[in-house]
This record gives sequence, C-alpha cells and structure tokens, in this order.
Amino acid sequence: MIRALLPRAGADWAAAGVLAGGFLLALLSLLPETFMLHVPAFAVGLAGKYLAYAILALAVDLVWGFAGILTLGHAAFFALGGYAMGMYLMREIGSRGVYGNPNLPDFMVFLSWDHLPWYWFGFSHLPFALLMALIVPGALAGCFGWLAFRSRVSGVYLSIITQALTYALMLAFFRNDMGFGGNNGLTDFKDIAGADLHHAGTRAVLLALTAIVLAASLLASKAILRSRYGELLIAVRDAESRTRFIGYRPEHIKLLIWVFSALIAGLGGALYVIQVGIINPGEFAPGNSIEAVIWVAVGGRGTLWGPVLGALLVNLGKTLFTGLLPELWLYALGLLFILTTLFLPRGLAGLWHAAKPATVAEVTPEMSAVDSEAAP
Amino acid sequence: MNSPSSLLYLDAVSVTFDGFRALNKLSLVLAHGEMRAIIGPNGAGKTTMMDVITGKTRPDTGDVLFRGVDLTRMDEPAIARLGIGRKFQKPTVFEQLTVHTNLLLSLKGKRQAFAALFARPTQEEAARIDAILTRTRLTPHADRLAGALSHGQKQWLEIGMLLGQDPELLLVDEPVAGMTDSETMQTADLLRDINQTHSVVVVEHDMEFVRALGVRVTVLHEGSVLAEGSVEQVSANQRVVEVYLGR
Repeated sequence: MIRALLPRAGADWAAAGVLAGGFLLALLSLLPETFMLHVPAFAVGLAGKYLAYAILALAVDLVWGFAGILTLGHAAFFALGGYAMGMYLMREIGSRGVYGNPNLPDFMVFLSWDHLPWYWFGFSHLPFALLMALIVPGALAGCFGWLAFRSRVSGVYLSIITQALTYALMLAFFRNDMGFGGNNGLTDFKDIAGADLHHAGTRAVLLALTAIVLAASLLASKAILRSRYGELLIAVRDAESRTRFIGYRPEHIKLLIWVFSALIAGLGGALYVIQVGIINPGEFAPGNSIEAVIWVAVGGRGTLWGPVLGALLVNLGKTLFTGLLPELWLYALGLLFILTTLFLPRGLAGLWHAAKPATVAEVTPEMSAVDSEAAP
Repeated sequence: MNSPSSLLYLDAVSVTFDGFRALNKLSLVLAHGEMRAIIGPNGAGKTTMMDVITGKTRPDTGDVLFRGVDLTRMDEPAIARLGIGRKFQKPTVFEQLTVHTNLLLSLKGKRQAFAALFARPTQEEAARIDAILTRTRLTPHADRLAGALSHGQKQWLEIGMLLGQDPELLLVDEPVAGMTDSETMQTADLLRDINQTHSVVVVEHDMEFVRALGVRVTVLHEGSVLAEGSVEQVSANQRVVEVYLGR
C-alpha cells in the first residue's frame, strides 16, 4: 500500500492544539493558589520545556522525515541557540552575581579574567542574542551541510559525522578557555528584559511564547512542504540521482531544509534555556540528539504533528518514570525505540493513518490491476 | 573530426574499473536529429557509455563533446541543464509523488531550490503536462502516485519526464524491458515520434524493437565499437553473430 506522506491538515490541528494547551496552562497558572484549577509553577516550567523539545523534534523530523537525512547531532543546534540566549541572561545578571562584578559574569571573575572576550560583546541586548540564536546554528548548519552534501556524504556516514559534530562541540564547550563557563555552563539567571524569571507571570508569558513559536514553526514547515520545493524534497529523498539527471542540485535542496531546521532548533534551544534556567555542555551530549530522534520515531516521522506528540509523550513519560525508577529510564527508552521500530515503523501517526478510511491517494491492488489492463 | 553536423562526439574514450576495461577507446558520432540504437551483449559497456555522457562516470582518457562542449569536466546537473536527458534501465520515478507532480518537476525551467519555494503552477505548465500525459497515455493516471503504476506505465512516465525536460538529446536505456509485445511496439512508435524533434540514443537488447525503430545500429563489444550500420547489415556481420552466439 502506498500513501503520500505530504502534510495535510495534521499540522494545523497540532498548531491549534499546542496554542490552546499552552495558553490554557499559562492562564490557569495565574489563578490564585487556592483555586482548584490552579497550575503550579513547576508544571508551567515543565510544559515550557516539553514544548521547546517539541520544536527540536520538529526540526529533526524536517530533515529525517522529509529529506531522509538521519541526524544524530541536532541537539548541537539546539544547544548553540541555548548558549546564545544564556549569554544574554548572564549579562542581564549585571552586578547581582556572587562576586558583584558589573562587567564580568561570575565564572570569568573566578577564572581571574580582567575583560570580556570579544565574542561576548552585544550579548547584553536581547534582540542581538535572539539573532545570534538563529545565526550561529544556521551558519554552522550551512557550512556543515554545504561540505557534506556537496561531497555526497549520505546515509549512515552522514549520521556518524553529525554525531561527531555535536561531540566535538561538547568537548570544546567543556574547556574553561572557551569562555562559556566550561563544565558548569551558564546559570543563576535573574531576569529577562527586566522581568523576573521566577515570577509566575513571566513564566506564563514564556510558556505562551514557546507555544506560539512551535505553532508558527509548524505552519511555516507546512507551507514549505506544500510548495514545489517540498515536492522536490520528497523527490530527492526517494530518488536523489533522478533529480540530478533532471538538472536539479540535490545538495542545494537538502541544504535549504537543513539550515531551516537548524534555525528552528536554535530558537527552540533559546526558549528552552530561559525556562530551564541553565545551559551546560551536557546539552551537546550525543545521547540528547539520539533522544530527539526517538521522539520523532515514536510520534511518526514524515508527518508534522507526529514528532510534536512524540516529544510531549516521551518527555512526560521520562518525567514520571525518572521520578519512580530513575536508574531504569534509559532501558525503558531503549525498549520503547526497539518496540516502535518493530511494531510501529511509522509511529503513533502511522496508527492514526491505519485507522482512517482510505484516502484518494491510496490505491488498492484491484484498481491497479484493472488500470494496467486498460492502459497500453 | 568534429563536423558541424555532429551533436555528440565521443573519441577514444576509455574507462577502467578496478582493472576492468569497461570502455576501450570507444568512438561514436551522433548527428543532429539522429536516432541511434546501441546493442551489445552484457558487459559490452552500453550503460558505462551512458554514464560517461551524463557525467556520472569520468573517463580516464578520451574526448566527450556535446555541441562542441567538453562534458568530461561537468557534473550531472550541469550536463542535464545543457540539454541531455536520460532514462534509466530500471524505471526511476518519484514513487511518493503523483504522476502529475513527477511531470511538473521535470518540466524545463528554473532549477534553483529557492525558486521552487515560491513557484506557482502556471497555465503554460498545465498545458505542457496535459500534452505529455496525452502523448504517454497517462491522462487517466495523472493524480495517482507514480509508485502505484504498472511497470510499463512507469517506463512511459519516465519517458514523459524526459519529454518535459525537453532535452536536445535523449539517452534511453532499455525502454522496453519488462513490456508486453504491444507495449513494445507502442514504445517504438513513441520514440520515432520523439525523434521528429529530438536526437535519441537507445540502448536495447530486444532485436524486434530495434528492427521496429528502423535506425542505424551500433554494436558494442568489450567496450568498443564492433560494427555499425543498418539492422540488416549488422545482423549479417560475421563478428556480430559470433559475439552474440558465442564462439
């Protein structure tokens, strides 16, 4: 049975659901604590974190589900976006740090640095940091993708290189000399654009913002995939050499979605760090990228709403599971991945499609038999 | 030499894979508007020759000129944009896209990824697709996924995609493999029809089909040209008979 994997209404519903859910939780968290429906602060923080992860899952799915590039290093783009935002939040602390130095973040004072490294300039401005949360992952993805796709590196080799990329970044960010806080990373954030990060109102706004960014990413991705470019992407995914002999350059086609995906991931990372309150080199760990791939696999690659659902469900599961049996979580995650691969190759989205009645694009064997007799 | 009437010009082209000489000083000249059939036993170098012309394989030595342009320095998309289209032995179409979209993507036009992001279907494109659908008898299947077509229909869709690309030269690798007799004859008609406006090189095993095309035949053997002439001439050639029947 063959079915088109082009996005249909699923992305709209997912965007609407994310917005409704995000705003509802945000509003309920503002109710006085005595109300029954009051949502506690930790739940708002968790929801914001899950939605940021869902943005990463969407980014992974764009390249894996629609371009056939299995990325095992996408958390690198997420973490770079996170660091850009973390740098701004560090600068926002100002003289309220432990050492009270108005010009230098605490860790630099601790390392006896006497001035700010050049690459920290500009990060005291939120718009600049947001721009960097897009530009840095985008530029890295651009360079990496241009080299890899141009050399026609694909399949498992490309996956390994993406893994190496994030691993190399992790090792680099662990070094104190890099000027990003080394092992401890960036933390102890106080406020964002003057608003107290620990205030319930700020957290509610951040959750709503994350929901808006995720919904907008979903709709933008849908628009891209429904354009002629989206069709080309499917063509490249399924028969790359054919596109080449028609005169297309698959490396350019792949590069475009790859960079777009990195931009989304970077934005997701920035939103993640504001709400989680810390960014350290552990975010580059290869395991994080692999987890993102699992969310997508569980939710259903090649649909836009599947990865969002997968990210939310698996992370909810992780929160519950690690509360009960922390040391068993990795085994449970591994088992989940194996079971999904074996029994749900198209994830939860595949279950949904299987339950729905036949669509126009579907062709039953009887139909094609009749057709081939009638045709030349 | 490279006379003005020659469209494709191969001279002393050699390709070696791990010591195996796939092409051995192959020379071939195709005139503007000509259709040529290439035959030869397995391993004669037919597909390698196509690979060299389309930029998939770089020759070790020799010249490959198309309209006087050196093809050995260009990659596949550049050669395709220059005006050479190729149909593969195994039909390769975009199975997850509809027949209509398959044709749309192959239509001659902009090839930039960014331009495709904002491309809107035009009247002209629709008209061209309709014409190709009619010509390849795929009109009733326009909205079906290409992967759901029968083998013969996929072959025709791929030829249709070549028509959409509208190249000056079409390289067609075993177009009737897996087709019924009547489909084979219809394909021969289609190719003769295409030849009215395009130059064509057809690689084929099926001698009935080659006879039906009624064009000049080049016989390849061990990477070089063994014989060239009409179907009757090459069939009568003692060396060709030996190669095909074994010594």
